[in-house]
Amino acid sequence: MHKRVTFDSKILPYLLVAPQVLITIVFFIWPSYQAIWQSLILEDAFGGNTRFVWFRNFEKLFEDDAYWHAMRVTVVFSILVAGIGLAASLLLAVMTDRVVRGTEVYRTFLVWPYAVAPAVAAVLWGFLFNPSVGIISYALRKIQIDFNYVLNGEQALLVVIFAACWNQFSYNFLFFLAGLQSIPRSLIEAAAIDGAGPSRRFWTIVFPLLSPTGFFLLVINVLYAFFGTFGVVDALTKGGPAKATEILVFKLYNDGFRGQDLGGSAAQSVILMLVIVALTVVQFRFIERRVHY
Amino acid sequence: MIENRPVLTVISHLVVLLGVLIVAFPVWMTFVASTHDQTTMLRAPIPLLPGSHLIENYGTVLFEGFGNSAGRMPLWVALLNSLIMALGICIGKIAISIISAFAICYFRFPLRMVFFWMIFFTLMLPLEVRIVPTYKVVADLSMLDSYPGLIVPVIASATATFLFRQFFLSVPDELTEAARVDGAGPLRFFKDILLPMSRTSIAALFVIQFIYGWNQYLWPLLITTKESFYTVVMMLSRQVNTVDAAPHWGYIMAMAMLSMLPPVVVVIAMQRQFVRGLVETEK
Repeated sequence: MHKRVTFDSKILPYLLVAPQVLITIVFFIWPSYQAIWQSLILEDAFGGNTRFVWFRNFEKLFEDDAYWHAMRVTVVFSILVAGIGLAASLLLAVMTDRVVRGTEVYRTFLVWPYAVAPAVAAVLWGFLFNPSVGIISYALRKIQIDFNYVLNGEQALLVVIFAACWNQFSYNFLFFLAGLQSIPRSLIEAAAIDGAGPSRRFWTIVFPLLSPTGFFLLVINVLYAFFGTFGVVDALTKGGPAKATEILVFKLYNDGFRGQDLGGSAAQSVILMLVIVALTVVQFRFIERRVHY
Repeated sequence: MIENRPVLTVISHLVVLLGVLIVAFPVWMTFVASTHDQTTMLRAPIPLLPGSHLIENYGTVLFEGFGNSAGRMPLWVALLNSLIMALGICIGKIAISIISAFAICYFRFPLRMVFFWMIFFTLMLPLEVRIVPTYKVVADLSMLDSYPGLIVPVIASATATFLFRQFFLSVPDELTEAARVDGAGPLRFFKDILLPMSRTSIAALFVIQFIYGWNQYLWPLLITTKESFYTVVMMLSRQVNTVDAAPHWGYIMAMAMLSMLPPVVVVIAMQRQFVRGLVETEK
């Protein structure tokens, strides 16, 4: 895609792209190169001695049980965040699309969690589930369930998942709603005339037509669960208790800044970059193949 | 309306209402907690309706600060920092993206596609994955504890550049031709024709990027050590996680409310631009 009509100038275009390109090089490309380089060397604590060790840092990482633990936590976490988040937002989007009166009002009341920072969402949910003052943990105690996310790892993971889903909800909801509203009414009317009930219409027409949106959102949600939820974890549990909520980005941050394990954290960076590249490629390929329109 | 099924309609309304209530519940409880004093908050169960200490709590948080000496700072300073950071990121991103998209669309020059892919590359690298080396770069440039340090490293934006490029490609070439015939140079054309035409795209991006900027967490957390540069979101997280005797929930929740208020107001007031921006930046 190019413009047919362009301007001629020797230096002006370079001046115009310069700020963006400069920032990209200094703050994106150079650090990424550093991460890759760091992952291949061993450096002593004072930075004096560097040795090129090929993939030793990666081997060490893969032999580390803590890394596999963080990997498992991340996988469980992303499946649940994406699963619960997408199911809830799809349900609400379908219902909002159904009601004739009040769609706009409902939408207003459902979009604003997007504006809340992940770390703030964590504070809100942590307060609801707080072992001593939380209203939900109080209610649970009334029905004989002992809920203490500060001590119990599984419960901690649950609270982190709730906060993350809540925070990401509006985003999913808006995309599903936009997807639903772009489905031609005539299609659904035709099915209704042929005698298909609401649930049959949903599963045979609406759902397949929404699948590109759903797939796109799946990738975005996995990316969100992998990278966007750092604030939730840091503000709510700091990876604890006993590393039960230590997802990969949090471990990367913890090893790099607290543990001062530069090689190990650089290797983790590189692996996460590969995850992003893979997800981006998958997204581009699938979106092209699976569009139903 | 496809058919008349009153029962289903009622169920739909009920489900959506329930959804609205669940979505709003955490914020309601936060608001309620922000209006009570400490003694009420420490008596279980906590109240479900607002109390009478609203002005007192918000006043203390905004103008005096609370807690131990380390985090004790009036919140208005942090709010101001967040505002500076959010506007800086937002305006910076829009400014550098629109001019680079202009260069890439309206000029032919060597390395054009190299730059284009270089910008695309940034799309793939969230700050979280390259956090350690990026921190080092900023430290080497001695930008820690400064507004440029908070703003500049996060203003490169592939999404904004693509959005503007997409828009520029849809601008008819006849306009450019007409401008050239009338003797307008590239800068004149940009300022008098392209910029006014991009108003709606700019507004849409503004909402999205303002929220992005305001909600930054990891970055300010790492590069600010002086309290005078703390932002609201990180201050809130610090206050919650301080190991004091008992956290003062009234103050903390007033702080949470104040940290949410600006971006939520922006989203609700500019809802049309927000939805547009969200859907378009993701294409």
